[in-house]
Amino acid sequence: MRKKAALRIIISVILFAVIFFALQRLLMPKYMTESKEGAMIQEYYQNAGDNDVVFITDCEVYENFSPVKLWNEYGIPSIIRGSAQQMIWQSYYLLEETFRYESPSVVVFNVMTMTYDSAESVGDQSKMEAYNRMTLDGMRWSKSKVSSIKASMTKEEKEKSGIWSYIFPILRYHDRWNDLKEEDFRCFFKQDQVTDNGYLMQVKVNPVKDDYPRIPLVSYQFGDICYEYLDKIRLLCEEHNCQLVLVKAPSLSPIWYDEYEIQILDYANEHDLLYINCLEHLDEIGIDWNQDTYDQGLHLNVYGAEKLTVYFGQILRDECLLQDRRSDSSLSEKWTEKTRLYDQRKERMEKERDQEADIQP
Amino acid sequence: MSFASVTFFVFLGILIILYYALPHKIQWVLLLVASYVFYLFAGWKYLPFLVFTTISTYLGTNYISRNAEASKAYLEREKDHLSKEDKKAYRAQAKKRSRIAMILVLVVNIAILFFCKALLVDPFLSLAKGNTSLSFLTLGLPMGMSFYMFQSLGYLIDVYRDKAKALKNPFKLALFVSFFPQLVQGPISQFTELEESLFSEHAFDRKQIAFGLQRMLWGFFKKMVVADRIAVAVQALQGEEYRGFAFFILMIFFAIQLYADFSGGIDIAIGIAQVLGVKLPENFNRPYFSRNIADFWRRWHITLFQWMKRYIFYPISVSKPMLNLSLKGRKKFGRFGMRIPVYIGTFLTWMGTGIWHGFHWHFILWGFLNCIFIVVSEELTPAYEKFHSRVSFSNKKGYDIFQIIRTFLLMNLIQITDLFPRLSEYFGKVASLTYVFNFHILWDGTMTKLGLTGTDYIILLCGVVLMFAVSMIQRKGSVREQMLKIPCVIRYGILFIMIFAVILLGSYGIGYDASAFIYNQF
Repeated sequence: MRKKAALRIIISVILFAVIFFALQRLLMPKYMTESKEGAMIQEYYQNAGDNDVVFITDCEVYENFSPVKLWNEYGIPSIIRGSAQQMIWQSYYLLEETFRYESPSVVVFNVMTMTYDSAESVGDQSKMEAYNRMTLDGMRWSKSKVSSIKASMTKEEKEKSGIWSYIFPILRYHDRWNDLKEEDFRCFFKQDQVTDNGYLMQVKVNPVKDDYPRIPLVSYQFGDICYEYLDKIRLLCEEHNCQLVLVKAPSLSPIWYDEYEIQILDYANEHDLLYINCLEHLDEIGIDWNQDTYDQGLHLNVYGAEKLTVYFGQILRDECLLQDRRSDSSLSEKWTEKTRLYDQRKERMEKERDQEADIQP
Repeated sequence: MSFASVTFFVFLGILIILYYALPHKIQWVLLLVASYVFYLFAGWKYLPFLVFTTISTYLGTNYISRNAEASKAYLEREKDHLSKEDKKAYRAQAKKRSRIAMILVLVVNIAILFFCKALLVDPFLSLAKGNTSLSFLTLGLPMGMSFYMFQSLGYLIDVYRDKAKALKNPFKLALFVSFFPQLVQGPISQFTELEESLFSEHAFDRKQIAFGLQRMLWGFFKKMVVADRIAVAVQALQGEEYRGFAFFILMIFFAIQLYADFSGGIDIAIGIAQVLGVKLPENFNRPYFSRNIADFWRRWHITLFQWMKRYIFYPISVSKPMLNLSLKGRKKFGRFGMRIPVYIGTFLTWMGTGIWHGFHWHFILWGFLNCIFIVVSEELTPAYEKFHSRVSFSNKKGYDIFQIIRTFLLMNLIQITDLFPRLSEYFGKVASLTYVFNFHILWDGTMTKLGLTGTDYIILLCGVVLMFAVSMIQRKGSVREQMLKIPCVIRYGILFIMIFAVILLGSYGIGYDASAFIYNQF
């Protein structure tokens, strides 16, 4: 009798766990067609290892630099660990995790992130929570993920669910049953790749129309917490014998103020870091704001990103002394496949864009 | 720590394992530690209030007990030397000392409760709040204060009345005062009811644990799926523009919310206690099936109204001055005069209950309306009986249903005062029922502008139907006992559906404004 009862309990627990985790998997957003940024962090693990350059931070890297182009032009293998509105502490913990998977020679950090020192500085808190989920849900469980969650949670998240909703995401997405899409079922076991080694391709063209106004700010000072984490990133790179390169991507908005530039220059000089402000090299890069942006200068499209990558690759080769590794056959084979997928994606997206343009009056 | 949190489940899981794994002798110690840990989660700054009530009750009850024992011993020792009058005088003296001790502890604790309710929570008496920089004014009401205080003071009075023994072990008293499942919103236990199951040893009982967990599950369903979902519409419908039939809908929605929230919380509390082998008193008995207001209050928040009756109503209505008044009244006004002490007792009990809810006129109106309805109903009872003896339909089922619906609507009219601190607004809305006939809100899209979607209404409808069905089944006895009779696969299927209904349909987490238990604030 007792044996029977024990068996009943064991079967019930197993059945419960299976249903629970299946539902959890189903309800978690897959980010395949909308907000693709949410799928990028977990894609990293399929492409991790043997990358010489790792780009971190937000859309100013994952929409502006093309690793495939970097490989094809210079033979430098690279990857982007970017995510939407990635806060500097998230960049730090992602980098910490990255060093467990590979040993890059260069880490490229986009300095615009220094302007966001708190969840509040981003604005809408509900959006911030969504950004947190897009960065954190995709990370594999590790000490870095736990630390990143703790550092990132908004006030509402802390009050309502704490870390539990990250451990059991069903607690966050429990009401998505009403919004399930075809992709939630299709990608139940395996998700599509939405990026090319972390690069989120855009092919549309939406030229810059007007100058963005330089509205005076109350304060231009980067927050202490940003410096604290920048120091941590720097020290982490030093610890792993890796060069940290600071970069300001050529995005016209949000405005990169002179006061910001001075602070970054001071920091770079103080710690002997290479800093490239791409906004000051637009002509050398060859950016044409009528052709190379898909959202009026906020981010580059693939044509602009390829130009920027060609320019930046030369710096990586000349200043960081990165070698051309195209002679490595296994690596080359891998990147040939990546290039094929990249070209395929580009072609498909261009076709879709052109069809869309034909339909529109 | 909210009951509806993963942290609480982890806490409870650890407690259950330790509770049954460690020697059963120390189970009550573990419960005490767990209760204080649970309380500390609400904030350490609330702890002094709980500790003070415990210590003052301990000192009070032990003084009363020692005083009674000493006087008894003295009288026994000196029985041959004292006259009858001397003995009587000595007893009276001893009783007086005990009474003074009891009153002292009562007054100090009630003063603290009133102080906290008035200054820490209630804006009505906290006019000074804006002008003061005292940080404790921003504390909020210490969690469960009313409930643990009622329980402690009831125990104190019972010891004074020699209906309960004073606990010699202060830690056992601390557990009785702070037992965590009932700390949030009751039920309020009497010491004599709880003593045995709280302090005795409990062996692992699979059936009791399963029943406890099932009761918790039902509570979570009511709270998270029904109460917290409908809360959004209740909030919206309080707007100035919603009058007439919209106000009627608000009454119905609020009745559902209040019942699902409060009884859900009580189900969770009783379920947790049951898992730990402790039997808490029931606090609800299908209240919306009541046939009159007095009946309603015998079925709703049962333990509070038993407390009020035991410690306020009876002491007032059977006190010496009241008995004298009754005699005088009978001579002058007959039956009505004889019942004057009952009216006074009823009035004071309801006013006390109203004020306990908060220092707002609408709570006082709430108490007053309850008092009036009950007194009028009682007074009209003979007339009703006479009428029913002559009219045959009084025995029919239809009349029963009429009584149930009438009581439900009357109670809604009273309960809804909770939502309107401005009495003029309340009376205005009630009056609008008589001249605003905006039934079109049912189909003109208004209902979907209340923060609820069509799916939400379907979920609510299913939830309410389920609650109704469970109430109907309860008439034949325990639902869980009846469930044992159905095949195991179906039973487990039902439980799985309920668990996943709570997980998937519950209104919690980001994007939801899941409220704390309504009665938590009292």
